[in-house]
Amino acid sequence: MSIYTLGIDIGSTASKCVMLKDGKEIVSKSLVSVGAGTSGPQRAIAQVLETAGMTRDEMSYVLATGYGRNSLLDLADHQMSELSCHAKGAHFLFPEVHTVIDIGGQDVKVLQIDNGIMTNFVMNDKCAAGTGRFLDVMARVLEVKVEDLGMLGNQSTKNVPISSTCTVFAESEVISQLSMDTAKCDIINGIHHSVASRVAGLVHRVGQREQVVMTGGVAQNEGVVKALEEELNCTIHTSPLTQYNGALGAALFAYDRYQKEHKG
Amino acid sequence: MAKEVSPGVKALRKVVEDVYADARKAHAEGKLVGWSSSKFPCELAEAFDLNIMYPENQAAGIAANRDGEIMCKAAEELGYDNDICGYTRISLAYAAGKRASRKMDPVTGEYVINPASGKPLKDENGNVVIDPETGKPKKDPKTQVPYTVLDDIYEIEALPDGPEKDRRREAIKPYRQMRMPQPDFVLCCNNICNCMTKWYENIARMCNVPLIMIDIPYNNTVEVADDNVAYVRAQFDHAIKELEKLTGKKFDEKKFEHACANANRTAQAWLKVCDYLQYKPAPMSGFDLFNHMADVVTARGKVAAAEAFELLAQDLEENIKNGTSTLPFPEKYRVMFEGIPCWPKLPNLFKPLKQNGINVTAVVYAPAFGFVYNNMDEMCRAYYKAPNSVCIEQGVEWREGICRDNKVDGVLVHYNRSCKPWSGYMAEMQRRFTEDLGVPCAGFDGDQADPRNFNEAQYETRVQGLVEAMEANIQKKEAEAK
Repeated sequence: MSIYTLGIDIGSTASKCVMLKDGKEIVSKSLVSVGAGTSGPQRAIAQVLETAGMTRDEMSYVLATGYGRNSLLDLADHQMSELSCHAKGAHFLFPEVHTVIDIGGQDVKVLQIDNGIMTNFVMNDKCAAGTGRFLDVMARVLEVKVEDLGMLGNQSTKNVPISSTCTVFAESEVISQLSMDTAKCDIINGIHHSVASRVAGLVHRVGQREQVVMTGGVAQNEGVVKALEEELNCTIHTSPLTQYNGALGAALFAYDRYQKEHKG
Repeated sequence: MAKEVSPGVKALRKVVEDVYADARKAHAEGKLVGWSSSKFPCELAEAFDLNIMYPENQAAGIAANRDGEIMCKAAEELGYDNDICGYTRISLAYAAGKRASRKMDPVTGEYVINPASGKPLKDENGNVVIDPETGKPKKDPKTQVPYTVLDDIYEIEALPDGPEKDRRREAIKPYRQMRMPQPDFVLCCNNICNCMTKWYENIARMCNVPLIMIDIPYNNTVEVADDNVAYVRAQFDHAIKELEKLTGKKFDEKKFEHACANANRTAQAWLKVCDYLQYKPAPMSGFDLFNHMADVVTARGKVAAAEAFELLAQDLEENIKNGTSTLPFPEKYRVMFEGIPCWPKLPNLFKPLKQNGINVTAVVYAPAFGFVYNNMDEMCRAYYKAPNSVCIEQGVEWREGICRDNKVDGVLVHYNRSCKPWSGYMAEMQRRFTEDLGVPCAGFDGDQADPRNFNEAQYETRVQGLVEAMEANIQKKEAEAK
């Protein structure tokens, strides 16, 4: 009989679910663009179950992660930090991974991985610069969609330096560039480099070892990925499942825990 | 029911209480009371029988009593930037006369209780009592406290004698750190950090009192060079002359030697207490060491401190014999806690440690304050080595030594917004010692005194991440050993 496990990742800006069959095959996934403290988690869970045509009771093990993990104490069998889940998910997608860069809505994590196990990590300090929220703020000021930033930044012909120390200061720099009629695509390129320089500092702190994998929603932004590749001087691997990586890791841990608990 | 306290801990608490009480008494009698940085050679002041108060210890106490924010804000209103150390801001606000007071109704003269304060009310079965009107837990009136307001001791003292003056004096929060006498002189040794220099210059200017300064430059080498010892020795000699002028007394060699003997005895007893954390499981919660630091800071030159630490060592010996511990949960993981704790958020800091069975079995204060010496030159060398005045090699060596001896599974680093020197070199130091020791490490942002710089949710995620990494590491090591 097959074993179905569910991983739920409740982040600060989105709720994601991944359902796995026998710890290997992705049966169903869902994503709702609101996170902890909203209706997002319940909607994402309902969606993932509906797509698979299954119920909570058919799940052998449910594991929650992300900032909102503790809001699912009744529904989930266990909670784990998103750090370990991202390491697990990235190792499933890229078995040779040694460094994971995860840029989420409100934090940046760099994980060091050996044989799929997180051995060390660093996270951003208490500052939004370099996070997904930083890009949201900039997209709003530039009046573009956040998902278009990568494509627009690619059209840049020159580098406009944007500070990486503070979201608010960087925002005022962007406004001043706009008032000088600097092309939006050049400003966007500058913003991507600003994020990359901030994140590269964290990568160097934990120690850069190839393969380097980037996960989280910001990994969909090709401009940030490219800027980071330049900063780190290496190829950065991404997956179409990047936003689901934490939930995938949670579903994998759910499978491991189920196996362990039912061994004896 | 209050937690049972061992005789050693009781004695240590009394020592600090007495230091403050003696200073208040001395001040009331018109005797000199000084303020000193924590690693100024207290032995010199002891030789003159001076009563000394310690603003660092005071600021930690004010922060732990939840008045860090109001005092930090008061300093910011005086013009001090909020990037400055939280202890410094609290201390400068205090030196300027600012006090955290209990809000009073001017008509009734009664304190105005803050309805949001206090712990939940529990029934006889220990269950939280819910208020049927609000659906929220009821507050236990016994634990509720008045609103906190800012007052000014200089304004109060300028009032004509009478009930208004008495009431405002009485309204100042009654804990000892908020009732510390103003200084008649200040003693500063900048071995602990460079911010200290400007901090004490500002106190001296605000309060118009003399400043005795001992400058200890940052040490780039593991050994302290003879030239540097000579530089510090000359300053010790100068400080003695200044103290003679201040007190009108001759330097008493005998009293000085006695104070040195006490300081050595205290240091040895402190180290002995710290060493009990090498036992696995440990007979104590290493977090307690942070509280006992108050004795090392305020009373290391007094025999009472040495005796109290010796008594605590006896208690711990008993715990070892009986297989007991002051840790209120089973010890599953052992970590080094790097840095000063977030005093205003101590319960929040402790909560996820307790939930995950983490005991703090190593703190860098142990080697940093456990210095032993035999003569004046060795004393100069000892005072040359404070956590932020030593080079990275020495810093790494201290930490690796204590992590190995005390068998830690991981390291939790407080990136302390108040302490730029300490946090600044921590990234590289952390990289070095975690690589050498093969244990995971997690850093979190916080502050030793300003609660605005700490975020509980971020901290909990980092602690959970550390636990998961420690668990994976332990399992890996066990598998390799098989």
